Amino acid sequence: MKPFIRDIILEHKIEIMEEWQKEINKFRTDDSLQNITDTMYENTNREFVNKLILTVQTEGGGDHDELIQFAERLIQLGWPLNYITRGLQEFRKITIETLSETSDNYCKSIEFFQEIEDWIDGIVNLLVNQYSGSWENTVFLQKMALKELSAPLIPVFDNISVMPLIGTIDTERAKLIMENLLDGVIEHRSQVVLIDITGVPVVDTMVAHHIIQASEAVRLVGAKCILVGIRPEIAQTIVNLGIDLGKFPTKSTLKKGIESALELTKRQIVEIEQ
Amino acid sequence: MQVQTHVDIHSEWGIVAARQAGRKLAREIGFGSVDQARITTAISELARNIYLYANKGQIQIEEVTVSGKRGIKIIAVDEGPGIKDLRRVMEDGFTTSGGLGAGLPGVKRLMDEFDIDSEMNAGTSISAIKWLR
Repeated sequence: MKPFIRDIILEHKIEIMEEWQKEINKFRTDDSLQNITDTMYENTNREFVNKLILTVQTEGGGDHDELIQFAERLIQLGWPLNYITRGLQEFRKITIETLSETSDNYCKSIEFFQEIEDWIDGIVNLLVNQYSGSWENTVFLQKMALKELSAPLIPVFDNISVMPLIGTIDTERAKLIMENLLDGVIEHRSQVVLIDITGVPVVDTMVAHHIIQASEAVRLVGAKCILVGIRPEIAQTIVNLGIDLGKFPTKSTLKKGIESALELTKRQIVEIEQ
Repeated sequence: MQVQTHVDIHSEWGIVAARQAGRKLAREIGFGSVDQARITTAISELARNIYLYANKGQIQIEEVTVSGKRGIKIIAVDEGPGIKDLRRVMEDGFTTSGGLGAGLPGVKRLMDEFDIDSEMNAGTSISAIKWLR
Protein backbone atom coordinates (compact mmCIF):
# COMPACT_ATOMS: atom_id res chain seq x y z
CA MET A 1 0.00 0.00 0.00
CA LYS A 2 1.23 3.46 -0.87
CA PRO A 3 2.37 5.50 2.16
CA PHE A 4 0.09 8.46 1.51
CA ILE A 5 -2.99 6.23 1.31
CA ARG A 6 -1.99 4.79 4.64
CA ASP A 7 -1.70 8.29 6.01
CA ILE A 8 -5.15 9.26 4.76
CA ILE A 9 -6.69 6.17 6.34
CA LEU A 10 -4.95 6.74 9.64
CA GLU A 11 -5.97 10.36 9.60
CA HIS A 12 -9.62 9.38 9.41
CA LYS A 13 -9.41 6.28 11.53
CA ILE A 14 -11.56 7.61 14.37
CA GLU A 15 -14.41 8.41 11.98
CA ILE A 16 -14.15 5.03 10.28
CA MET A 17 -14.07 3.15 13.54
CA GLU A 18 -17.09 4.93 14.95
CA GLU A 19 -19.11 4.59 11.79
CA TRP A 20 -18.24 0.91 11.53
CA GLN A 21 -19.24 0.11 15.10
CA LYS A 22 -22.57 1.77 14.44
CA GLU A 23 -23.14 -0.37 11.33
CA ILE A 24 -22.01 -3.64 12.85
CA ASN A 25 -24.52 -3.23 15.67
CA LYS A 26 -27.26 -3.72 13.10
CA PHE A 27 -26.19 -7.37 12.70
CA ARG A 28 -26.81 -7.89 16.37
CA THR A 29 -30.26 -9.33 15.67
CA ASP A 30 -28.80 -12.21 13.64
CA ASP A 31 -29.81 -15.60 15.02
CA SER A 32 -26.30 -16.84 15.39
CA LEU A 33 -25.19 -13.81 17.36
CA GLN A 34 -28.05 -13.56 19.78
CA ASN A 35 -26.63 -15.57 22.64
CA ILE A 36 -23.61 -13.29 22.90
CA THR A 37 -23.79 -10.65 25.62
CA ASP A 38 -23.85 -6.95 24.71
CA THR A 39 -20.56 -6.11 26.40
CA MET A 40 -18.90 -9.10 24.79
CA TYR A 41 -20.20 -8.00 21.41
CA GLU A 42 -19.00 -4.44 21.88
CA ASN A 43 -15.56 -5.50 23.10
CA THR A 44 -15.13 -7.87 20.20
CA ASN A 45 -16.19 -5.21 17.72
CA ARG A 46 -13.73 -2.74 19.16
CA GLU A 47 -10.94 -5.28 19.09
CA PHE A 48 -11.78 -6.31 15.54
CA VAL A 49 -11.73 -2.76 14.19
CA ASN A 50 -8.51 -1.98 16.06
CA LYS A 51 -6.86 -5.04 14.55
CA LEU A 52 -8.04 -3.97 11.09
CA ILE A 53 -6.59 -0.50 11.48
CA LEU A 54 -3.42 -2.10 12.79
CA THR A 55 -2.93 -3.94 9.50
CA VAL A 56 -2.60 -0.54 7.84
CA GLN A 57 -0.09 0.66 10.35
CA THR A 58 2.23 -2.32 10.17
CA GLU A 59 4.68 -1.97 7.32
CA GLY A 60 4.56 -4.39 4.38
CA GLY A 61 1.20 -5.87 5.33
CA GLY A 62 2.59 -9.40 5.45
CA ASP A 63 2.50 -9.54 9.20
CA HIS A 64 -1.05 -10.32 10.37
CA ASP A 65 -0.21 -12.28 13.49
CA GLU A 66 -2.48 -10.32 15.77
CA LEU A 67 -5.42 -10.60 13.39
CA ILE A 68 -4.84 -14.35 13.06
CA GLN A 69 -4.79 -14.74 16.83
CA PHE A 70 -7.99 -12.75 17.06
CA ALA A 71 -9.69 -14.96 14.46
CA GLU A 72 -8.48 -18.09 16.20
CA ARG A 73 -10.15 -16.94 19.39
CA LEU A 74 -13.39 -16.23 17.52
CA ILE A 75 -13.31 -19.74 16.01
CA GLN A 76 -12.85 -21.28 19.43
CA LEU A 77 -15.71 -19.27 20.87
CA GLY A 78 -17.89 -20.40 17.96
CA TRP A 79 -18.54 -17.03 16.35
CA PRO A 80 -20.01 -17.45 12.87
CA LEU A 81 -17.92 -16.79 9.80
CA ASN A 82 -20.48 -14.38 8.46
CA TYR A 83 -19.76 -12.00 11.32
CA ILE A 84 -16.26 -11.65 9.89
CA THR A 85 -17.23 -11.43 6.22
CA ARG A 86 -20.07 -8.98 6.82
CA GLY A 87 -17.90 -6.97 9.16
CA LEU A 88 -15.20 -6.69 6.52
CA GLN A 89 -17.69 -5.78 3.79
CA GLU A 90 -19.03 -2.97 5.96
CA PHE A 91 -15.54 -1.88 6.79
CA ARG A 92 -14.61 -1.58 3.13
CA LYS A 93 -17.79 0.33 2.34
CA ILE A 94 -17.31 2.75 5.19
CA THR A 95 -13.64 3.33 4.49
CA ILE A 96 -14.32 4.18 0.87
CA GLU A 97 -17.32 6.34 1.73
CA THR A 98 -15.57 8.27 4.45
CA LEU A 99 -12.48 8.92 2.40
CA SER A 100 -14.26 9.91 -0.78
CA GLU A 101 -16.00 12.63 1.20
CA THR A 102 -12.67 14.26 1.90
CA SER A 103 -11.38 17.01 -0.31
CA ASP A 104 -8.54 14.94 -1.69
CA ASN A 105 -9.24 14.26 -5.34
CA TYR A 106 -7.12 11.14 -5.44
CA CYS A 107 -9.61 9.48 -3.09
CA LYS A 108 -12.17 9.47 -5.88
CA SER A 109 -9.96 7.64 -8.36
CA ILE A 110 -10.25 3.99 -9.34
CA GLU A 111 -6.68 3.40 -8.38
CA PHE A 112 -7.50 4.36 -4.83
CA PHE A 113 -10.49 2.03 -4.75
CA GLN A 114 -8.30 -0.80 -5.94
CA GLU A 115 -5.76 -0.17 -3.23
CA ILE A 116 -8.48 -0.45 -0.60
CA GLU A 117 -10.01 -3.51 -2.26
CA ASP A 118 -6.65 -5.30 -2.35
CA TRP A 119 -6.06 -4.52 1.26
CA ILE A 120 -9.45 -5.81 2.45
CA ASP A 121 -9.48 -8.81 0.08
CA GLY A 122 -6.18 -9.94 1.51
CA ILE A 123 -7.68 -9.93 4.99
CA VAL A 124 -10.88 -11.69 3.83
CA ASN A 125 -8.88 -14.48 2.20
CA LEU A 126 -6.71 -14.88 5.25
CA LEU A 127 -9.59 -15.15 7.69
CA VAL A 128 -11.83 -17.32 5.52
CA ASN A 129 -8.94 -19.69 4.94
CA GLN A 130 -8.40 -19.92 8.63
CA TYR A 131 -12.05 -20.68 9.29
CA SER A 132 -12.32 -23.32 6.56
CA GLY A 133 -9.03 -24.82 7.65
CA SER A 134 -10.39 -25.30 11.12
CA TRP A 135 -13.59 -26.87 9.75
CA GLU A 136 -11.70 -29.23 7.47
CA ASN A 137 -9.59 -30.25 10.40
CA THR A 138 -12.67 -30.96 12.52
CA VAL A 139 -14.32 -32.98 9.75
CA PHE A 140 -11.15 -34.96 9.21
CA LEU A 141 -10.80 -35.75 12.90
CA GLN A 142 -14.42 -36.82 13.16
CA LYS A 143 -14.04 -39.04 10.12
CA MET A 144 -11.05 -40.71 11.73
CA ALA A 145 -12.92 -41.08 15.02
CA LEU A 146 -15.85 -42.62 13.17
CA LYS A 147 -13.57 -45.04 11.39
CA GLU A 148 -12.05 -46.10 14.68
CA LEU A 149 -15.39 -47.25 16.01
CA SER A 150 -16.38 -48.80 12.74
CA ALA A 151 -16.60 -52.55 13.07
CA PRO A 152 -14.56 -54.39 15.68
CA LEU A 153 -14.70 -58.14 15.96
CA ILE A 154 -14.49 -59.18 19.60
CA PRO A 155 -13.59 -62.73 20.61
CA VAL A 156 -15.77 -63.53 23.64
CA PHE A 157 -15.20 -67.25 24.09
CA ASP A 158 -13.02 -69.80 22.33
CA ASN A 159 -14.37 -70.04 18.79
CA ILE A 160 -17.07 -67.47 19.41
CA SER A 161 -16.78 -63.83 18.30
CA VAL A 162 -19.14 -60.89 18.38
CA MET A 163 -19.36 -57.96 15.99
CA PRO A 164 -21.49 -55.16 17.42
CA LEU A 165 -22.68 -52.71 14.77
CA ILE A 166 -23.60 -49.20 15.87
CA GLY A 167 -24.88 -46.38 13.69
CA THR A 168 -25.52 -45.92 10.03
CA ILE A 169 -24.06 -48.44 7.62
CA ASP A 170 -22.88 -46.88 4.37
CA THR A 171 -20.99 -48.49 1.52
CA GLU A 172 -17.60 -47.75 3.02
CA ARG A 173 -18.51 -49.20 6.38
CA ALA A 174 -20.11 -52.22 4.76
CA LYS A 175 -16.77 -52.99 3.13
CA LEU A 176 -14.95 -52.61 6.43
CA ILE A 177 -17.46 -54.88 8.14
CA MET A 178 -16.88 -57.59 5.57
CA GLU A 179 -13.08 -57.32 5.78
CA ASN A 180 -12.91 -57.22 9.57
CA LEU A 181 -15.36 -60.08 9.81
CA LEU A 182 -13.41 -62.38 7.52
CA ASP A 183 -9.99 -61.41 8.87
CA GLY A 184 -11.23 -61.82 12.43
CA VAL A 185 -12.81 -65.20 11.79
CA ILE A 186 -9.50 -66.53 10.44
CA GLU A 187 -7.40 -64.87 13.12
CA HIS A 188 -9.46 -65.96 16.12
CA ARG A 189 -10.37 -69.33 14.55
CA SER A 190 -14.01 -68.57 15.20
CA GLN A 191 -16.67 -71.16 14.54
CA VAL A 192 -19.58 -68.90 15.32
CA VAL A 193 -19.83 -65.15 14.72
CA LEU A 194 -22.65 -63.07 16.20
CA ILE A 195 -23.55 -59.89 14.35
CA ASP A 196 -25.37 -57.54 16.70
CA ILE A 197 -27.54 -54.88 15.06
CA THR A 198 -29.10 -53.39 18.20
CA GLY A 199 -27.42 -50.07 17.44
CA VAL A 200 -28.32 -49.86 13.76
CA PRO A 201 -31.13 -47.30 13.43
CA VAL A 202 -32.47 -48.34 10.03
CA VAL A 203 -32.28 -51.69 8.29
CA ASP A 204 -33.20 -51.15 4.66
CA THR A 205 -32.61 -53.47 1.72
CA MET A 206 -29.06 -52.24 1.24
CA VAL A 207 -28.06 -52.92 4.85
CA ALA A 208 -29.79 -56.29 4.75
CA HIS A 209 -28.04 -57.10 1.51
CA HIS A 210 -24.64 -56.33 3.02
CA ILE A 211 -25.38 -58.43 6.09
CA ILE A 212 -26.54 -61.34 3.93
CA GLN A 213 -23.42 -61.09 1.81
CA ALA A 214 -21.18 -60.93 4.86
CA SER A 215 -22.76 -63.99 6.41
CA GLU A 216 -22.50 -65.86 3.13
CA ALA A 217 -18.78 -65.03 3.03
CA VAL A 218 -18.40 -66.20 6.63
CA ARG A 219 -20.07 -69.47 5.68
CA LEU A 220 -17.54 -69.91 2.88
CA VAL A 221 -14.62 -69.70 5.29
CA GLY A 222 -16.23 -72.39 7.42
CA ALA A 223 -17.90 -70.46 10.23
CA LYS A 224 -21.49 -69.82 11.14
CA CYS A 225 -23.18 -66.48 11.42
CA ILE A 226 -26.02 -65.55 13.80
CA LEU A 227 -27.83 -62.23 13.52
CA VAL A 228 -28.81 -60.84 16.92
CA GLY A 229 -30.35 -57.70 18.36
CA ILE A 230 -33.30 -57.41 16.03
CA ARG A 231 -35.68 -54.94 17.63
CA PRO A 232 -39.42 -55.53 17.17
CA GLU A 233 -39.92 -52.55 14.85
CA ILE A 234 -36.95 -53.61 12.75
CA ALA A 235 -38.38 -57.14 12.52
CA GLN A 236 -41.65 -55.68 11.20
CA THR A 237 -39.98 -53.51 8.60
CA ILE A 238 -37.85 -56.42 7.42
CA VAL A 239 -41.01 -58.46 6.92
CA ASN A 240 -42.74 -55.55 5.16
CA LEU A 241 -39.82 -55.04 2.86
CA GLY A 242 -39.98 -58.71 2.00
CA ILE A 243 -36.36 -59.46 2.82
CA ASP A 244 -35.76 -63.18 3.11
CA LEU A 245 -33.58 -63.85 6.14
CA GLY A 246 -34.80 -67.44 6.32
CA LYS A 247 -31.43 -68.85 5.38
CA PHE A 248 -29.56 -67.81 8.45
CA PRO A 249 -30.34 -68.02 12.15
CA THR A 250 -31.46 -64.96 14.08
CA LYS A 251 -31.98 -64.29 17.78
CA SER A 252 -33.62 -61.38 19.54
CA THR A 253 -30.79 -60.56 21.94
CA LEU A 254 -27.05 -61.03 22.17
CA LYS A 255 -27.56 -63.13 25.31
CA LYS A 256 -29.70 -65.68 23.48
CA GLY A 257 -27.25 -65.59 20.60
CA ILE A 258 -24.35 -66.48 22.85
CA GLU A 259 -26.33 -69.31 24.42
CA SER A 260 -27.06 -70.84 21.05
CA ALA A 261 -23.47 -70.24 19.92
CA LEU A 262 -22.26 -72.19 22.94
CA GLU A 263 -24.73 -74.91 22.09
CA LEU A 264 -23.38 -75.08 18.54
CA THR A 265 -19.84 -75.49 19.90
CA LYS A 266 -21.13 -78.11 22.37
CA ARG A 267 -20.73 -76.09 25.55
CA GLN A 268 -23.02 -74.45 28.05
CA ILE A 269 -23.00 -72.08 30.98
CA VAL A 270 -23.73 -73.79 34.30
CA GLU A 271 -24.19 -72.35 37.77
CA ILE A 272 -21.72 -73.54 40.37
CA GLU A 273 -23.30 -75.16 43.40
CA GLN A 274 -21.67 -74.12 46.64
CA MET B 1 -49.18 -25.00 9.57
CA GLN B 2 -47.87 -27.12 6.77
CA VAL B 3 -44.25 -27.91 7.26
CA GLN B 4 -42.25 -29.15 4.35
CA THR B 5 -38.76 -30.46 4.69
CA HIS B 6 -36.57 -30.58 1.69
CA VAL B 7 -33.37 -32.62 1.56
CA ASP B 8 -30.97 -32.70 -1.36
CA ILE B 9 -29.45 -36.08 -2.05
CA HIS B 10 -26.06 -35.99 -3.67
CA SER B 11 -24.02 -38.21 -1.39
CA GLU B 12 -24.62 -41.06 1.02
CA TRP B 13 -24.85 -38.55 3.87
CA GLY B 14 -27.89 -37.05 2.20
CA ILE B 15 -29.67 -40.35 2.84
CA VAL B 16 -28.93 -40.07 6.55
CA ALA B 17 -30.10 -36.44 6.62
CA ALA B 18 -33.34 -37.32 4.80
CA ARG B 19 -34.31 -40.13 7.12
CA GLN B 20 -33.46 -38.13 10.22
CA ALA B 21 -35.74 -35.37 8.99
CA GLY B 22 -38.42 -37.98 8.28
CA ARG B 23 -38.12 -39.58 11.69
CA LYS B 24 -38.37 -36.18 13.36
CA LEU B 25 -41.54 -35.21 11.49
CA ALA B 26 -43.09 -38.66 11.99
CA ARG B 27 -42.49 -38.35 15.72
CA GLU B 28 -44.01 -34.87 15.77
CA ILE B 29 -47.12 -36.04 13.95
CA GLY B 30 -47.49 -38.78 16.52
CA PHE B 31 -46.56 -42.02 14.78
CA GLY B 32 -45.60 -44.95 17.00
CA SER B 33 -42.14 -46.45 16.98
CA VAL B 34 -43.02 -49.20 14.50
CA ASP B 35 -44.49 -46.75 12.01
CA GLN B 36 -41.55 -44.41 12.57
CA ALA B 37 -39.25 -47.27 11.61
CA ARG B 38 -41.40 -48.01 8.55
CA ILE B 39 -41.33 -44.38 7.43
CA THR B 40 -37.60 -43.96 7.93
CA THR B 41 -36.90 -47.21 6.12
CA ALA B 42 -39.09 -46.12 3.20
CA ILE B 43 -37.26 -42.77 3.02
CA SER B 44 -33.97 -44.62 3.20
CA GLU B 45 -34.95 -46.83 0.24
CA LEU B 46 -36.16 -43.93 -1.89
CA ALA B 47 -33.14 -41.78 -1.08
CA ARG B 48 -30.78 -44.63 -1.80
CA ASN B 49 -32.44 -45.23 -5.16
CA ILE B 50 -31.85 -41.59 -6.03
CA TYR B 51 -28.21 -41.81 -4.99
CA LEU B 52 -27.66 -45.13 -6.73
CA TYR B 53 -29.40 -44.56 -10.06
CA ALA B 54 -29.79 -40.81 -10.56
CA ASN B 55 -26.78 -39.55 -8.55
CA LYS B 56 -28.72 -36.57 -7.31
CA GLY B 57 -32.25 -35.54 -6.51
CA GLN B 58 -34.49 -34.38 -3.70
CA ILE B 59 -36.58 -35.86 -0.95
CA GLN B 60 -39.49 -33.77 0.29
CA ILE B 61 -41.28 -34.68 3.47
CA GLU B 62 -44.49 -33.02 4.56
CA GLU B 63 -47.51 -33.40 6.77
CA VAL B 64 -50.81 -33.98 4.96
CA THR B 65 -54.36 -33.66 6.18
CA VAL B 66 -57.20 -35.01 4.07
CA SER B 67 -60.76 -34.95 5.44
CA GLY B 68 -59.59 -35.12 9.02
CA LYS B 69 -57.00 -37.82 8.43
CA ARG B 70 -53.43 -36.89 9.22
CA GLY B 71 -50.43 -38.43 7.62
CA ILE B 72 -46.92 -38.01 6.31
CA LYS B 73 -46.09 -37.68 2.65
CA ILE B 74 -42.73 -38.44 1.11
CA ILE B 75 -41.91 -37.24 -2.36
CA ALA B 76 -38.74 -38.38 -4.10
CA VAL B 77 -37.82 -36.54 -7.27
CA ASP B 78 -34.84 -36.96 -9.54
CA GLU B 79 -33.80 -36.14 -13.07
CA GLY B 80 -32.01 -39.40 -13.63
CA PRO B 81 -32.24 -41.96 -16.42
CA GLY B 82 -35.83 -42.97 -15.58
CA ILE B 83 -37.25 -46.46 -15.14
CA LYS B 84 -37.67 -48.57 -18.24
CA ASP B 85 -40.35 -50.95 -17.11
CA LEU B 86 -42.50 -49.78 -14.23
CA ARG B 87 -44.34 -53.08 -13.97
CA ARG B 88 -41.19 -55.12 -13.56
CA VAL B 89 -39.58 -52.74 -11.10
CA MET B 90 -42.52 -53.30 -8.76
CA GLU B 91 -41.96 -57.06 -8.81
CA ASP B 92 -40.13 -58.58 -5.87
CA GLY B 93 -36.61 -59.63 -6.68
CA PHE B 94 -36.18 -57.57 -9.80
CA THR B 95 -32.93 -55.63 -9.70
CA THR B 96 -30.57 -53.93 -12.11
CA SER B 97 -27.84 -53.24 -9.58
CA GLY B 98 -27.28 -56.66 -8.00
CA GLY B 99 -29.21 -55.72 -4.87
CA LEU B 100 -32.07 -57.60 -3.27
CA GLY B 101 -34.71 -56.09 -5.54
CA ALA B 102 -37.00 -55.42 -2.62
CA GLY B 103 -36.72 -51.64 -2.50
CA LEU B 104 -39.70 -50.23 -4.41
CA PRO B 105 -42.19 -53.05 -3.74
CA GLY B 106 -41.01 -52.88 -0.14
CA VAL B 107 -41.75 -49.16 0.08
CA LYS B 108 -45.20 -49.82 -1.33
CA ARG B 109 -45.87 -52.33 1.44
CA LEU B 110 -44.36 -50.10 4.14
CA MET B 111 -46.55 -47.14 3.21
CA ASP B 112 -50.32 -46.83 2.70
CA GLU B 113 -50.37 -45.02 -0.62
CA PHE B 114 -47.83 -45.22 -3.36
CA ASP B 115 -47.56 -43.47 -6.67
CA ILE B 116 -44.77 -43.67 -9.20
CA ASP B 117 -44.20 -41.72 -12.35
CA SER B 118 -41.20 -42.07 -14.60
CA GLU B 119 -40.11 -40.98 -18.01
CA MET B 120 -37.10 -42.37 -19.84
CA ASN B 121 -34.13 -39.99 -19.78
CA ALA B 122 -36.18 -37.37 -17.97
CA GLY B 123 -36.45 -38.55 -14.39
CA THR B 124 -38.57 -40.27 -11.81
CA SER B 125 -41.00 -38.99 -9.25
CA ILE B 126 -42.36 -41.14 -6.45
CA SER B 127 -44.79 -40.09 -3.76
CA ALA B 128 -45.89 -42.18 -0.81
CA ILE B 129 -48.21 -41.48 2.11
CA LYS B 130 -48.55 -43.12 5.51
CA TRP B 131 -51.74 -42.31 7.43
CA LEU B 132 -51.86 -41.90 11.16
CA ARG B 133 -54.17 -44.41 12.77
